[in-house]
Amino acid sequence: MAGLTIDRVTKRFGEQRAVDALSLDVEPGEFVALLGPSGCGKTTMLRMLAGFESLSEGEIHLGGRLLAGLDQHVPPEQRNMAMVFQSYALWPHMSVADNVGYPLKLRRRSGEAYQRQVAKALAMVALEPYAQRSPQELSGGQRQRVALARCLVTDPDVVLLDEPLANLDRHLRAAMEQSFRDFHRRTRATLVYVTHDQSEAMALADRIAVMREGRLEQWATPQTLYRRPRSTWVASFIGQGSQLKVAAGRPGQRLEEATLMRGLAAIATERTQTVLVRPEHVTVLPDSSSFHALRARVEGVTFRGERYELHLCLESGEALMAYHHEALTEGQKVGLTLHEGWCLEPDA
Amino acid sequence: MRLSLTHGSQQRWLLTLLTTVIVAFSLTPSLRLLVEALGDLAQGSEAPLWRVLQAEGTWRALWHSFYTSALGMLIALVLGSLFAFVITLTDIRGKPWLVFCFMLPMMIPPQVTALSWLQLFGPASPLLKSIGLAPPLGSPQPLHSAQGIALLLGIQSAPLVFLALRTSLLSLPRELVEAARISGASQTQVWGQIVLPLTRSGLIAGGAMAFISGLGNFGIPAMLGIPAGYYVLPTLIYQRMASFGTGVLAEMASLSLLIGALALAGVALQQAWMKRSRFGLVGHGGRAHDFALGRWRGGVTALLVALLVAILVAPLAALVVSSLVPAMGVPLTWETLTLNAYHEVIARQGATWRAVRNSLWLAGGAALVLMLCSLPLAYRMQRLPRRWQSLALSAIELPYALPGVVLAVACILLFVRPIPLIGVALYGTLGLIFIAYLARFLVVCFKPVAAGLSQLDPSLEEAAQLAGAGPWRRLSGIVLPLVAPALFAGGLLVFLMAVNELTVSALLWSAGNETLGVMIFNLDEGGESVLAAAVSVLVVAMVAALMLCLSLLAPRLPKGVVPWQD
Repeated sequence: MAGLTIDRVTKRFGEQRAVDALSLDVEPGEFVALLGPSGCGKTTMLRMLAGFESLSEGEIHLGGRLLAGLDQHVPPEQRNMAMVFQSYALWPHMSVADNVGYPLKLRRRSGEAYQRQVAKALAMVALEPYAQRSPQELSGGQRQRVALARCLVTDPDVVLLDEPLANLDRHLRAAMEQSFRDFHRRTRATLVYVTHDQSEAMALADRIAVMREGRLEQWATPQTLYRRPRSTWVASFIGQGSQLKVAAGRPGQRLEEATLMRGLAAIATERTQTVLVRPEHVTVLPDSSSFHALRARVEGVTFRGERYELHLCLESGEALMAYHHEALTEGQKVGLTLHEGWCLEPDA
Repeated sequence: MRLSLTHGSQQRWLLTLLTTVIVAFSLTPSLRLLVEALGDLAQGSEAPLWRVLQAEGTWRALWHSFYTSALGMLIALVLGSLFAFVITLTDIRGKPWLVFCFMLPMMIPPQVTALSWLQLFGPASPLLKSIGLAPPLGSPQPLHSAQGIALLLGIQSAPLVFLALRTSLLSLPRELVEAARISGASQTQVWGQIVLPLTRSGLIAGGAMAFISGLGNFGIPAMLGIPAGYYVLPTLIYQRMASFGTGVLAEMASLSLLIGALALAGVALQQAWMKRSRFGLVGHGGRAHDFALGRWRGGVTALLVALLVAILVAPLAALVVSSLVPAMGVPLTWETLTLNAYHEVIARQGATWRAVRNSLWLAGGAALVLMLCSLPLAYRMQRLPRRWQSLALSAIELPYALPGVVLAVACILLFVRPIPLIGVALYGTLGLIFIAYLARFLVVCFKPVAAGLSQLDPSLEEAAQLAGAGPWRRLSGIVLPLVAPALFAGGLLVFLMAVNELTVSALLWSAGNETLGVMIFNLDEGGESVLAAAVSVLVVAMVAALMLCLSLLAPRLPKGVVPWQD
């Protein structure tokens, strides 16, 4: 097991920088997600890790070994990595067992040892009965698991996953998320997982690298990303919440209820700091009276099962999102208490 | 960048070398022809090109070529678009069989088509004699005329129009038709106001292809025109070469240049139109729009079947009847029926059998060699920058796009003297025909393989690479098995075309080195029509069998590899 070091890696396609001076230190056995909207360079970064793309600048190390740099490029077949492709990339002319066993064959494993390892990998993903089927006969989720088994079979140093859940329906996604977590717990392999779905990344990863236009926006655990996002852009990308202007605090500071409420009451020209308020930190008081310092009008109500999602409009004209246990009527005036907020860096 | 592993770069260099050699090999004949035709331009009015351009015969043959090809194109347009519209758009029954029968004339070699039509008409037709309808002896053979040539050219190239139009009809998003229907357009209005305007460019492209194919055709104008003294450019070249031998090579090169330029202009026009026809249609294509024929269905089916009987069944029946009589002009009865001609071909092991053997060797060898080259070539070309890719593709397409006569003249020019350094003389041997076939049919084998490769998800290879497979291992273990059906289909197509080839071999054959196509042509010219008919029947049977093989393979092939399948 070896840690992965990405050091100021840049990839240029012509004039455009798909990845721009990206640096990450991945611990051995860590489950890492590269998260960002489409076109942010996360897939290019993954393909550089695999060795399918060369680097324009920077270096990639695995353990003590230089994988890629300016004058060094270890080809993919010698990196001892494995990958689950978005399309699964199962070879249609081989059976499920042959697909899984192919990496072993390339390592000249044969006979009893070969059979045992293939059977073990298939058992890990609960697909033994399907060993002799052809990949076309399997469902989407089963193909996914075959691709996973093919990754397991050789004990790779790093497993790369390229939006592996993108082609599955919602119910299957939940089940597959669980199997990825099991997979990681059992193998303790270093996993790099590319996705544009923040809830997927939050649910699975130990640490998340949020990327935007080729640059690293923030590199932190899911909890930190949610509670303490660095910039307005990260805050709007991760989780629900509203961004308001206050006359208090500085970037990277947590505001208590009293400070926050006072800062919101200031006159417009003094309110220059952007603060993130998560909906669970808002208390809605339906019988509004002039007694409340902060008041709002209900613009929309969405039923979410366990609660209602309220879209509110503050008197300053800013939008705010909140949760409430019962439905309110649109146009109704309410009073508000905001318990805490997180000050953000302005967007570059 | 320094690569830490040499395997990948070693493979890349080898494949690049192969690609370069093949591209150069494809370009050499055309360049040699250019040099010969333009080289003596300094001689002024004595230069071969000027002499050829001043000869009255050149312009007459050019006009004849133009006239027969244009008339043939019109016939092809009428036949091809009728079948394409009815089969693609309506709910007529038996579509696969109609398509197969309509496509068959394209795959039957032109000399066989010409022979079968000659057996259908004229005073000596055994079929007409058998049913007592033969015109009196001495009356002219109606097909020995410009119109006769045009008719057969039209029938032969109608499938090209059919294919071009069918492709653009199938890619027509059905939403466009449905939107018109829901807006209140009747079936006829949809056809006239939506379908026809959107597929017009497909129609024009098909027409251009039919025109080019008519321009390059040798078998039909040779068998119908030469006896009547009606020469088109390819037959003019053939006739001059046959009479004067290699002494007139320079002039023939100039003539070839003329016809080659004409054909390439046609190709450019056609490609421009095809590009336009593909443009800007969004939505789900690929499904036929079923226009209900209603009470017209019986009548339309009858019309199509009647047409197929007239253009396919009747001439083939005449061919079969001719192969079963003892001599031309004898009606077929139970007393006269004889299998002598077949016995002569198969059992006597004479010149005819030798020709069959030659053609099988040539076609089989060419198919095999081209299959071996196509995969590495297509694999390397797929990784070239787009601009280089299209240049290389044009280069290997050139020997196939040029009329066969042009390629034959170019090959004679290249090999009329022994090859320098090694001193091997190829002129007058089967080797020369083999080389010409390799150049001509390379693209036929290449296209399906390239199509197969481009449909291959690149992650399939990347997955193998990450699993630890080196470049050669990936090529043999992953890529080859996945494109094998396309590769095999390409080889089969090459075999199908090469085994019946006439145009190239008509100029390149020598005694003892006849091909099947040349044999049929010579037998008919020598008055041995019955024997020619017997060989032709065998050829048609073989063509139909190979086409059926390809049809069976079709479900495992990329779209468009088997021309008569969707």
